[in-house]
Amino acid sequence: MQRNGPVALIFHSLVVAFMLAPMVVVCLVAFTPENTLTMPWNSLSLRWFEAVFEHADFMASFWNSVRLALLSATISTFLAVPAALAITRYEFRGRDALNALFLSPLIIPHLVLGVAFLRLFSLMGATGSFAWLVATHAIVVSPYTLRLILASLTSMDRNAENAARTLGAGEWTVFCRITMPLLLPGISGGWLLAFINSFDELTMSIFVTSPSTVTLPVRMYMYASESIDPMMAAVSALMIAVATVTMIVLDRMFGLDRLLVGKG
Amino acid sequence: MSASVSAARPRMVVPSLLSAPATLFFIGLVLLPLALTVILSFNSYDYTAGIQSDLTVSNYLTVLQDEYYYSTFWRTLRLALITTVIAVVIGVPEAYILSNMRKPWRSIFLLVIIGPLLVSVVVRTFGWSMLLGKNGFVNGALAAVGIEPVQLLYTETAIVIGLAHIMLPFMVIPVWTVLQKLDPTVEAAALTLGASRFTALRRIVFPQAALGILSGSLIVFALSASSFAIPGLLGGRRLKMAATLVYDEFLIELNWPLGATIAIIVLLANLVIMLAYNRLIEQQAKRKLG
Repeated sequence: MQRNGPVALIFHSLVVAFMLAPMVVVCLVAFTPENTLTMPWNSLSLRWFEAVFEHADFMASFWNSVRLALLSATISTFLAVPAALAITRYEFRGRDALNALFLSPLIIPHLVLGVAFLRLFSLMGATGSFAWLVATHAIVVSPYTLRLILASLTSMDRNAENAARTLGAGEWTVFCRITMPLLLPGISGGWLLAFINSFDELTMSIFVTSPSTVTLPVRMYMYASESIDPMMAAVSALMIAVATVTMIVLDRMFGLDRLLVGKG
Repeated sequence: MSASVSAARPRMVVPSLLSAPATLFFIGLVLLPLALTVILSFNSYDYTAGIQSDLTVSNYLTVLQDEYYYSTFWRTLRLALITTVIAVVIGVPEAYILSNMRKPWRSIFLLVIIGPLLVSVVVRTFGWSMLLGKNGFVNGALAAVGIEPVQLLYTETAIVIGLAHIMLPFMVIPVWTVLQKLDPTVEAAALTLGASRFTALRRIVFPQAALGILSGSLIVFALSASSFAIPGLLGGRRLKMAATLVYDEFLIELNWPLGATIAIIVLLANLVIMLAYNRLIEQQAKRKLG
C-alpha cells in the first residue's frame, strides 16, 4: 500500500469540501434569525425550525412520506423474501429473466416509471390514490431489499438447515427457526435502505402524487422552485439529520461501505 | 422432450409459488405501464379533444425535427457527458487516495464521500442553489477578493456542478470496489523495480481499475441524462433537460403523447447503454479466459 503524498491530500481535502459544502451551508443557514438566506454570523435562532413545525402542509407531507416509506419498504420485503428464496434455492426456467425483472427499476429511469404509472393510473381512474402510490414505491425500492436478501442467502451456511432437517425438523420449522433468523440482518438492512430510498424519492413521485398525497421531497421541490426562504433550509437541515441518524445506524449494524458498495 | 418436461414439473411448482406474488406485482406495475406508455407515444394529441387513439409516428418526427426538442436532447447528452468526464477526473483519483488511506481514516472518509447518497437530492440541490445564487456564497467569496459577481445559478455550469456532486459517489463506489481487490504488492513490486510513481499508476493500477471506471461512467452518464431535480432547480425555467422537458409536457402542456415519446427515447438510450456495457464485460471476460 502506498502512502498518499501532499498533493494527494490537498486534492482529497478539496473533494471532501466539495462533497460537504452544500449540506454544511444548508445546516448553518437554517439557524439564521433573518428573513433571507444569510449566514447566522451574529446570532442563532430556531425560528425557522418552529416555522416548519407550524407549517401544516410540510408536516402533513412529512407524515405522509413516513407512512409511505414504512409501508412500501415492508411490502417490498414481503415480496422479496420468497422471490429471493426461489432465485437462490431452485433451478427453474426463466430464473434469470425473473431476476432481471425484479432488478429492472434500477435500470429504468424513475422519470420513465413516473410517466408509465401516471398513464396506468389515469386509465384505471386511480390517480391520487395513496394505496397505489405505496405500490409504486414498493416497486422502486424492491431492488434494494432483494439485492441484500439475495446476498445474505448466497453467503449463508446451509449446514445449519441440513442439521435441523436431519434432526427431524419439517421444512416450515427449518424456515422459521433457522433460515429466517440467519436472514434477519439482510432483511433489516434491505428494509432500511428501502425506507430511506422511498423517503427521498422525488422524480417518480412528482408524477404520481396528488395534492392530498404530496410527499416531503415533492413538497420541497415545489416550494424551492417558487420561493426560497430560510424555512426551506430548516426542512433541509432536518432531513440531513434524519439521513445522518440512518447512516450511523446502518454503519453500526452492517457497515455502510458493505451495504452501499456491495461485497467488494 | 415430454419426459424432461414432466420431470421438471414438480421442481417448477415451489419456485413458481414463491416468486408468484413478486412476478405478478412487477408484470402489473412495470411491464404493463411501460407497454401502455409505448402505445401512448404513438397516439396523437389534439389541444381541444385530448389524446386520440390513432397510431402515428408523428410524435417521434416532432421530437427529431423540432429545434426546441432536439436542442434539449443535445444539451442533455452534452451535460451528461461533461458530468461523466468530471466524475472520472475527480472520482478515480479520490477512490485511489481512499484505498491508500490507513485504517480509521479510510472508512471515515468513505462515509463522507458516499454518505450523501442518503440525503435527498432536493436538499443537496437546494444547498447548491444557495451557494451559486446571485447573492450566494461563491459570489460572496469572489467579491471578498475583489472579483465581479458572476451569473452561476440558472446556467449550464450550475447544472454540471450539481450533477457532479450528486454523481461522484456513483463513480467512487465501483472504482473503490475494484481497487480493493487489487494486490497492493504488484504496485510495490513495480516501484521496487524502478518504475516511477506515474508509470506504476499507468501500467499497473489503471488497467486493472478500467472496468470499475467503465461501470462507474455508465451509471453516472445514465443517471445524469435522466436527472430531474438538478436541471429543475439549478437550470431555471429556460434551461431544460430531458427529464424537465417530460415534466413540462405531462403536467404543464398536458401533451401526454409527446411527453411519453421523450420518456421512451430516454428509456431506449438507457437500455442501449446497458446492453453495450454487458457486451464489453463479456468481451473482457473472454479475453481473460483465452
